[in-house]
Amino acid sequence: MSDQPDPKRRVSLQILGATLGASAFAYAMEPLRAWSKDLTMEQFLQKHYKEMSKDELAKVLQRVERDTKESYGATVTVKDPKPLPGVEFGYALNLSVCIGCRKCAEACHVENNHDRRTNNSYIRVLEMDQGTFDLERGTAQYAHAVPAPGKYYLPVQCHQCDNAPCVKVCPVQATWKESDGIVVVDYDWCIGCRYCEAACPYHARRFNWTKPEIPAEQITTEQGYLSNRIRPQGVVEKCTFCLHRTREGRQPACLEACPTGARVFGNLLDPASEIRWVLENKRVYVLKEELGTRPRFFYFFDE
Amino acid sequence: MNATSHVVTYPRFLWQAVTRAFEGRPLFYAWMTFLTAVALVGANAWAHQLAQGMQLTAMTDHVSWGLYIANFTFGVGLAAGAVMMVIPAYLYDDHEMHDVVLVGELLAVAAIVVCILFIVVDMGRPDRFWHIIPGIGRFNWPISMLTWDVLVLNGYLVLNLHICGYLLYMKFLDRKPDKRWYIPFVFLSIFWAISIHSVTAFLYGGLGGRPFWNSALLAPRFIATAFITGPAFVILLLQLVRRFTSFHVGDGPIRTLTSVMRVTVLLNLFMLGSELFTALYTGGAHSTAVKYLFFGSHGQNALVPWIWTAVAFNLTSALLLHLPATRRSLGLLDLACLLSIVGVWIEKGMGLIIPGFVPSTLHEIVEYVPTMTEWKITAGIWAGGFLVLTIALKIALPVLTGEASLANEKRGEG
Ligand code: SF4
Repeated sequence: MSDQPDPKRRVSLQILGATLGASAFAYAMEPLRAWSKDLTMEQFLQKHYKEMSKDELAKVLQRVERDTKESYGATVTVKDPKPLPGVEFGYALNLSVCIGCRKCAEACHVENNHDRRTNNSYIRVLEMDQGTFDLERGTAQYAHAVPAPGKYYLPVQCHQCDNAPCVKVCPVQATWKESDGIVVVDYDWCIGCRYCEAACPYHARRFNWTKPEIPAEQITTEQGYLSNRIRPQGVVEKCTFCLHRTREGRQPACLEACPTGARVFGNLLDPASEIRWVLENKRVYVLKEELGTRPRFFYFFDE
Repeated sequence: MNATSHVVTYPRFLWQAVTRAFEGRPLFYAWMTFLTAVALVGANAWAHQLAQGMQLTAMTDHVSWGLYIANFTFGVGLAAGAVMMVIPAYLYDDHEMHDVVLVGELLAVAAIVVCILFIVVDMGRPDRFWHIIPGIGRFNWPISMLTWDVLVLNGYLVLNLHICGYLLYMKFLDRKPDKRWYIPFVFLSIFWAISIHSVTAFLYGGLGGRPFWNSALLAPRFIATAFITGPAFVILLLQLVRRFTSFHVGDGPIRTLTSVMRVTVLLNLFMLGSELFTALYTGGAHSTAVKYLFFGSHGQNALVPWIWTAVAFNLTSALLLHLPATRRSLGLLDLACLLSIVGVWIEKGMGLIIPGFVPSTLHEIVEYVPTMTEWKITAGIWAGGFLVLTIALKIALPVLTGEASLANEKRGEG
């Protein structure tokens, strides 16, 4: 073995190499310190929403309130309203009157404590050519006075599918359908794989590519654990029909903001509800019905 | 075989493995230092990505998977493709292949490590990894295809580690391996190899909202391309082994693998053609992604240069593999292998993942061009994979040649 250096020298070289390697590694991983600062053992060990006892959940809600105070300087209340028995929510939107003003999208942005820099919202309004339902002939990037001639407007948000592809694909059951039909995400359980985002046919899911930034005074302080509380970095979020409002008898923020009254929200199981009247008496259209997702979001037209 | 003897000899085997892994000529040290450096650059980029969030990537809510998942898909193919050595070696009793089959199995191990790393860096919350551990977290099995992938990938890793580890250990002891301890696992690994790549295809193919992926041909195409890249990589690897070690590699295995590739390159081109025909002739929603991929759409054409490179490389390699001259020239063969590896890497990486998202489900066109962070992490992971492969070969080959054995070790001491 003439081409090998002598053993002693080799060992000391190896030790040198190992030391250099280890310190280089420590240096490379240095940014992780900032990241782990925000992580506590308590959060690391936190159970899945459905596995928490009442007390455990109460503690978590307090923890979220505390964290929001610390990182955002805002005093908020985080509640966890449960689905009401005998209620299944449905939403219908009148395409004949919607003018594409995007007030709903703005209201969503505020109500759901979305990141201010990205101007995120759960609602995307498409401007469509009259005479077609081909999404390819629509655009969300319009910046002129509305309604424009020859156009109609198609706001799209989570359809709260009965057969939801996003729920099926989630590897860790971080997202599920509640008994009132609303699909929710446990933001403290999601691993951020974004499989659900790939599976959703309606572009309803969003990912927190960064920690959301919101000035304290702009934060909506009435928050729900499964809905509009400020989401952590690296997890997926979605429209929840404003369950923190609707489960307490109020209307979704987007409906309240709509100036044309295009939006109808209510209990599908209540025969006397307005939403039932719409579904029974109007011409109703469902987006991508052929995919078998069975949405709880409907579009309708005036005669 | 009494137990006490293993208690003594197994640690010795491991010790040998560790010491051997880090000994070598200056060229070896240079190679390892280079790989370590690249891996560290990747690790650093990943640390930044974790701290500042995945805004450091070019991914968006429109294109929510990118370079990482593209490489993951390719890596699974590489791992599955290594089985193309196992089949001739064990099913058709090809003795020369049998002698080198371990190289393929070690490649599979390294490739799976690469795949797992690509999944980890793609996760928004890797700190919550335990949520996906069956029994501890909440494993959405059998409904979520991703849970299937977790199972089959880790299973494949364990299978190959067991087979390689057991055979090497027996060789180290200079004992004849007990067939019961590896043959069933070898056959299982053949089916398993097919399963890892089919499951990975179903991961995409099962999504009704993504017409570009929602094709029954996806799994067969994945398998065909796996059987291109696997053999191509092994052909190159075997030549390197022959050049840099005293381990004997016959010409037989290279010839066999070349024959496999001759079939699979054509099969892949044929299936690609079928997909293109169906999409383009039918038109409509199914063709928009294909049109975007190959020709660009509304002035956006980030993928066009990629895919035409892939097409050119795949066609050239198919042509080269069928030239009589290639039978005589290893140089031409190596070129064909290289071209096909790059071609497939594009075709089922960027060329498959990105058009799934462009146009988006609401038919918006948002383009994706990977950022430096993504390239660094990607390079880092591949460097990590090569580190694993180099070390594995460094341990395994001396055992196979008999250079490292219990008897030799004792003699050294005495
Ligand atoms: S991103 Fe979160 S919610 Fe979506 S599939 Fe992955 S773990 Fe589930």
